[in-house]
Amino acid sequence: MNSSALPNTAPMIWCRRHLLGIEGLSAQEITYLLDRAERWLDSSQEFLAAGRPLLGRTVLNFFFEESTRTRTSFEFAAKRLGAYVISAAQLGSSIAKGETLIDTATTLNAMHPDILVVRHPCSGAVGLLAEKVSCRVINAGDGRHEHPTQALLDALTIRRRKGRIAGLKIAICGDVVHSRVARSNIHLLHTLGAKLRLVGPASLLPAAMDDICCYYNMAEGIRDCDIIIMLRLQHERMRAAYVPSLREYFHFFGLDRKVLAHAHPDVLVMHPGPVNRGVEIDSVIVDDPECSLIHQQVETGVAVRMAVLDLFGDTDDAVVTL
Amino acid sequence: MSGAPRSRSDVVFVNAHIVDPASDFNAMGSVYIRDGTIAGVAATPEPDGFPDGARRIDCDGNLLLPGAVDTQVFVGEPGLGHLESFADVGATALASGVTTIVTGPNTDPVIDNGTLVDYITRRARDTTPLRVHTMATLTRGAKGQKMSEIGLLAEAGAIAFSDGEQALGDAAILHRIMKYSTAFSALIVQPPLDPHLSRGGVMNSGAVATRLGLAGIPAFAETILLARDLRLAAATGARYHSAGIASREAVELIAQAKAEGLPVSCSVSAHHLTLNEEAIGNYRTFLKLSPPLRSEEDRQALVAGVASGVIDCIMSDHCPRDPETKRVPFEEAAFGAIGLETLLAQVLGRDNPWCHDIPLCRAVDALTQRPADIFALPNTGRLAVGVRADLVVFDPHQRWSVDLALWRSRTKNTPFEGHELNGQVCYTMVGGTIVYERI
Repeated sequence: MNSSALPNTAPMIWCRRHLLGIEGLSAQEITYLLDRAERWLDSSQEFLAAGRPLLGRTVLNFFFEESTRTRTSFEFAAKRLGAYVISAAQLGSSIAKGETLIDTATTLNAMHPDILVVRHPCSGAVGLLAEKVSCRVINAGDGRHEHPTQALLDALTIRRRKGRIAGLKIAICGDVVHSRVARSNIHLLHTLGAKLRLVGPASLLPAAMDDICCYYNMAEGIRDCDIIIMLRLQHERMRAAYVPSLREYFHFFGLDRKVLAHAHPDVLVMHPGPVNRGVEIDSVIVDDPECSLIHQQVETGVAVRMAVLDLFGDTDDAVVTL
Repeated sequence: MSGAPRSRSDVVFVNAHIVDPASDFNAMGSVYIRDGTIAGVAATPEPDGFPDGARRIDCDGNLLLPGAVDTQVFVGEPGLGHLESFADVGATALASGVTTIVTGPNTDPVIDNGTLVDYITRRARDTTPLRVHTMATLTRGAKGQKMSEIGLLAEAGAIAFSDGEQALGDAAILHRIMKYSTAFSALIVQPPLDPHLSRGGVMNSGAVATRLGLAGIPAFAETILLARDLRLAAATGARYHSAGIASREAVELIAQAKAEGLPVSCSVSAHHLTLNEEAIGNYRTFLKLSPPLRSEEDRQALVAGVASGVIDCIMSDHCPRDPETKRVPFEEAAFGAIGLETLLAQVLGRDNPWCHDIPLCRAVDALTQRPADIFALPNTGRLAVGVRADLVVFDPHQRWSVDLALWRSRTKNTPFEGHELNGQVCYTMVGGTIVYERI
């Protein structure tokens, strides 16, 4: 959860120390982040070259869980802003040698990084680590709990194509129970007024979520939807088999042209990646530029992460603005 | 602060609100102790024939009850004494008004043979005035496969049988053990959690778990095991005790079984009567319990269950845990909280944050007579003449801070860290000797 506010800095909309999740953020705070990110997307090369707002700052990517796309995305973002970036992968780190999370946190803290970007396989772990450090922390994904920058980039991608979020019918499909992307998206899209529904096998949809309908049939679930967000089966977070086989899963819950026809004619399809072609989504749809937003998501991702890093470098304790 | 134990002279407690469920006594009065046993309980402020030289203790209108009988307290010896030793537990329990404990079998090695039962008995006797009884395992090594030597263990002094933290999941094995144990009138104790249905779960299943992104343990993990075990109890005639129920449905199952006349009983932990899953808040690992804290609706059903007598006993489920196993992400943290030091405050304290309106006599009964009777502990949990004098004087209004700097338990994993509670022990007496006195 985002922790207490910083000392008073300007009439800022954002005054949180960390970005640990979307839950608890107001619509105003979310929109502020999206607007800041949009500036980086629209910016020209000159703008990028002129401002290196994180010059002299250190961004430390500490990933306790494997990741290619998110880690690379954060590295790109930080380097474009001029920061010095260190990425510590899990293997070969002290964790493999039995060091606890809290000890790792205090060790890193003693080296005084400016911003920590952390991913961890346990829900709540990044929040726990954030309590023990004096720098700012961005949650790059904690267990099944939250992945705030992913939700922000998804929302921005939608907003740029559709012009709005409020009122859109959005279906989140697949392994919701194990997905932090789903949770963050649900908080964000719900706060901004989208009409959400969850679609998937009953064993992969959560026990209770207020106001949000669950569908166990794809055709019904995505009927008339404007946006479909497909999720991957989170094998690494599953303790046992929740579906009998991948072919059964694709047959009943995969997205192909036939199923897609039930959605709104202008439907757009998204996926946080990595995509398992032929498992949750047909290759044909992934590669269709008319309806797939998957590549835009990646591009937007870098801009969103630049915006968050820039914001965290900007509203510093040492900086006093009026 | 504890005073040094006094010599066993006569003692008389006057001006006390005496609650002794065994004799239905709930009135102001006085208690006279001589030679380590109760010599008289009178409904008069001072007993007749007040002997010279007796130490006179004015209870100021506070409660005087039999010393509490806590049926689920972890003592680490043998093998895990760094967590909590007999000396630690003794001091903690006596200062908390608990004069008898039943300790579980999950030591290292587990209590699955007579020499270990004997070890516990001697070690406790040599270390502390606290009365200590022990359970032994149902199966060798608590592995859930081969039957323990129930008869020999009972002879050595084991008062009940349980595999402790993990319920025996194989119904066929449990059936055989229950049937065999009837020859010894053994009490079979199981925690109410099906090992398969609860595997991987870290808190109650529901909206809070979904929001936090944590794997849940549904209420039916409890009720399925309990329903199964109750059917086995009916089929075999074995005496059965469900240790630490946590859900509304479990209360209903027990009520039904009792209505059928089955020899079953159950306990609930004081934490489950006073907390629900919301207390977990922002992944607070001291609230990670097994069975888990459930919803407010469940909590209220448990409270009603104690009030009606369907739930027989209240225990602390005192689980000291290495701090390093708690200072980790919630999923990885060990289960369990300590509970001795807050037990009486949680059950008998007045005007605490939770509300439970369990009638005083029933609450005291659940802490004293009933557990003593279920576990067949002689001379325990009552204030009758001739019974040894184990009792506690308790002020239900006295406010105190849960300050870990002053904490007695070796480990600090209490859900009430930083809280203020009402209800503190004034005196604890074991065998006629004052073993604790709050200065």
